[in-house]
Amino acid sequence: MSFEWLNPLLIATALLLAVIGAVRRVKLWRAGQPDQIDLVAGLMAMPGRYLHDLHDIVERDKYMSKTHAATGGGFVLSALLIMLVHLLGIDSQLLAWALLASLTLMFVGALFVFKRRLNPPSRISKGPWMRLPKSLLAFAGGFFVLTLPAAGVLSDGFMAQTSGVLLTLVLTALIIWGMGELFFGMTWGGPMKHAFAGALHLAFHRRQERFGGGRSTGLKPVDLSLATEVGGVLGVAKPTDFKWNQLLGFDACVQCGKCEAVCPAFAAGQPLNPKKLIQDMVVGLAGGSDAKYAGSPYPGKEVGHAQGGPDQIITQGLLDPETLWSCTTCRACVEECPMMIEHVDAIVDMRRFLTMEKGSTPNKGAEVLDNIIATDNPNGYAPASRTHWAADQNLPLMKEVREAEVLFWVSDGAFDMRSQRILRAFVKLLKAAKVDFAVLGDEELDSGDVARRLGDDATFQNLAKRNLAVLSQYKFSTIVTTDPHAFHCLRNEYNDFGSDALEGVEVFHHTTFLNSLVQQGRLQLDPFVGGKVTYHDPCYLGRYNGEYEAPRELLRSMGIEVAEMERSGFRSRCCGGGGGAPVTDIPGERRIADMRMEDANETGAELIAVGCQQCTAMLEGVVEPRPQVKDIAEILVGQLVDPTAKGLAKEVH
Amino acid sequence: MQPNSLQLENLKIVTLVSVGKHPQSGRVRRADQDSRAVELGLTLAAQNPDGLMVLHAGDPAEPGLRSYAGMGLAAINVLQLDPAADAVAPLGEQLQQSGADIVLTGVRAESGEGSGMLPYQLAEKLGWPIVSRVADIVSVNEGVAEVLQALPRGQRRALKVRLPFIASIDTAAPAARQSAFGPAQRAAMTVTVVEAETDTVRQSWDEAVARKRPKRLKVIKAKTAAERFKAATAKSQSEGGRIMKKEAPEEQAQAIVDLLIEEGVLR
Ligand code: SF4
Ligand code: SF4
Repeated sequence: MSFEWLNPLLIATALLLAVIGAVRRVKLWRAGQPDQIDLVAGLMAMPGRYLHDLHDIVERDKYMSKTHAATGGGFVLSALLIMLVHLLGIDSQLLAWALLASLTLMFVGALFVFKRRLNPPSRISKGPWMRLPKSLLAFAGGFFVLTLPAAGVLSDGFMAQTSGVLLTLVLTALIIWGMGELFFGMTWGGPMKHAFAGALHLAFHRRQERFGGGRSTGLKPVDLSLATEVGGVLGVAKPTDFKWNQLLGFDACVQCGKCEAVCPAFAAGQPLNPKKLIQDMVVGLAGGSDAKYAGSPYPGKEVGHAQGGPDQIITQGLLDPETLWSCTTCRACVEECPMMIEHVDAIVDMRRFLTMEKGSTPNKGAEVLDNIIATDNPNGYAPASRTHWAADQNLPLMKEVREAEVLFWVSDGAFDMRSQRILRAFVKLLKAAKVDFAVLGDEELDSGDVARRLGDDATFQNLAKRNLAVLSQYKFSTIVTTDPHAFHCLRNEYNDFGSDALEGVEVFHHTTFLNSLVQQGRLQLDPFVGGKVTYHDPCYLGRYNGEYEAPRELLRSMGIEVAEMERSGFRSRCCGGGGGAPVTDIPGERRIADMRMEDANETGAELIAVGCQQCTAMLEGVVEPRPQVKDIAEILVGQLVDPTAKGLAKEVH
Repeated sequence: MQPNSLQLENLKIVTLVSVGKHPQSGRVRRADQDSRAVELGLTLAAQNPDGLMVLHAGDPAEPGLRSYAGMGLAAINVLQLDPAADAVAPLGEQLQQSGADIVLTGVRAESGEGSGMLPYQLAEKLGWPIVSRVADIVSVNEGVAEVLQALPRGQRRALKVRLPFIASIDTAAPAARQSAFGPAQRAAMTVTVVEAETDTVRQSWDEAVARKRPKRLKVIKAKTAAERFKAATAKSQSEGGRIMKKEAPEEQAQAIVDLLIEEGVLR
């Protein structure tokens, strides 16, 4: 007996079902909001993005990148060749041999996937994902044997005659299983969905600027006019309020848990797990419950009770708002995600709904926002007291000088005694280097960072516009600030409001600016002799703005060899102070700042150099004994060779 | 039971709101006490959202009103009148017409006159009782409300008052919920244009920013921590005062005038 007609039929069926599934899946994504994306250009660019952008991230894990290249590459090639050889029945030994080769490649890759899954780390999901390597092996193995006759290794009649029905049945079972997982499962929601959704996600990513080594970290502004539109809603209430390509992005998740492994809130036992969050979004967009989720839960929350649907309010049944408020917006997850999924965008989108529609920002959130609205600073201090810290500093005011080379953006650190020490140190350095600078004084307002991260985009936009209006009155070529959060807003988020106040203006973090002063020889420094120093990368300077080198170079210029923490640079662990997290203060089992201090302690450092007043506050909040915490500006001031002081010293002796 | 037995579920509550002023920045905002009055109104009307009406006399375009709306109000009723007009008469009429059972206000406004007289004037005009400095309205039964009045140092006095009445809300009342941008933008301003007499007395006044009242220096005699703690928490024992209950009103008034002269307030 012969089943020759069976295999093409099976393949055709599987492919047809895959196409139906694909159409269905696309419909689910298209239920989201429109976004302006050049579809054709995206599709054209997709293979390149896969090979470079995505692969660069996967490459951080050499084992996985090789495994994936073999398995994925082998599969794509095999699938194409299977269609030619087995579906269309093209009789070519060359094609058959090529297919055998690609199947072998896939098989070997699948063996490595299998090996990794023998003792999987806790971050990766189990469940159907444990089946995947076996399905891959079944697919590759089944088709391999099936292809042998076409390659001329076995005679055509071999199957039918020698081993008869049994082998045919086994082979058929294998390819049904394999194709079920790899063709059907790809579009009907199995683990292989990541290949289909992932490829399209790369093509239609909401932040196209990220590809080709670019960086795109500024949050997108909310269209506030939606507030008064019929049926309009601010932020994301239901899955369908996301942009369609955000939904597509969620679907691309491979549940590798790389994000979970780096999330400070997860490690602190707060009820957030970025992987679960993305999976819950998938539950939301497709409808159903999280009962099938087979990864780590939100700490302290049992899996299986979340219910959602495309048109159901997410925070009513699918997600606990506490999950959203636990995030420090540190972007560690986004940085690690091999699928380039944008967790922070999604989290802030949902916070926007909670704050701007529900008025339910937790804990001190409402008070802080009220203060920002009424006094332009989060603590409700009198706006006219913003420059009190500098009463003895004799700072040139922009209102008076109207023009300066450098505008020093002071930030709300002006109101905080600890931060004032950093500001003073920086001013001293500016003066020592004879920089032509001025400040806005009381005309400066809160940058809007906290308001925006807390979901109050209305207040952020209001502050941004008013700040821009002030800035547009004066002439300067550079803005420098000691606050990475203000830095990020000014540099990446103020450009969306149609103002030309920052056109041609360079925005610098003070470490970058000071480093250039030192390189130009405008600051003379004594070598530092004070024991071991480690450096903590602020999220908003590092991951948000890619500045890892300047602070380190500055430290080197004082002869400091930074004793790096295990997690540093783009992998730096958040101090816990971002995203309004200290304001919303969601309880966990540990404090993020304590964990960061442990990282620092492991280096044996006596001093932690930082570049952010928020990090300073968080790290200094850790109980002693612990290393000292100093902003780089403060360390520099200590080593500053002051020509006038030297002169004095000589006179004395 | 009568059809309208004046239980909480079918009460008509009116909260009067004014335009607040932030103490540090002087910026327009929802007034602290008034927004607590709205909060209390929302809590009382939780079962019956139509039972709460938020009423303002002034300019419907005033942005400060939006921050009350952001607490989740579908509409704010505004009696639009001339800025120089006296709001008492039209407010009184509106309250009478609306069939209000409970009227909530702040103790005093944060801007404008800020005399704290409005609730009293309204009570006088309507002939209703007024309870000042209310921290909470606990229950309403058979037309009688049980009210907690705020006294200094966190103390409370329970009072029973027959409906309808006016309550001025103290800062001891539960804090106002967050004001959200979306609902604030969406709320309707239901405007009624009213004519009212010009407040001629006020016209002759100059407005100035209020200064903090000077505080009498307190000589702390406490020697130990326990004594200091007691001094800080114990109910102040008024010394040298007189409780006048039975005396004739003229005599009582005279005693007040005498005290004011003695303290140098009146000369
Ligand atoms: S979101 Fe990204 S990093 Fe996290 S599990 Fe999914 S694919 Fe992995
Ligand atoms: S941004 Fe940071 S805190 Fe938020 S989910 Fe990602 S890793 Fe966790």
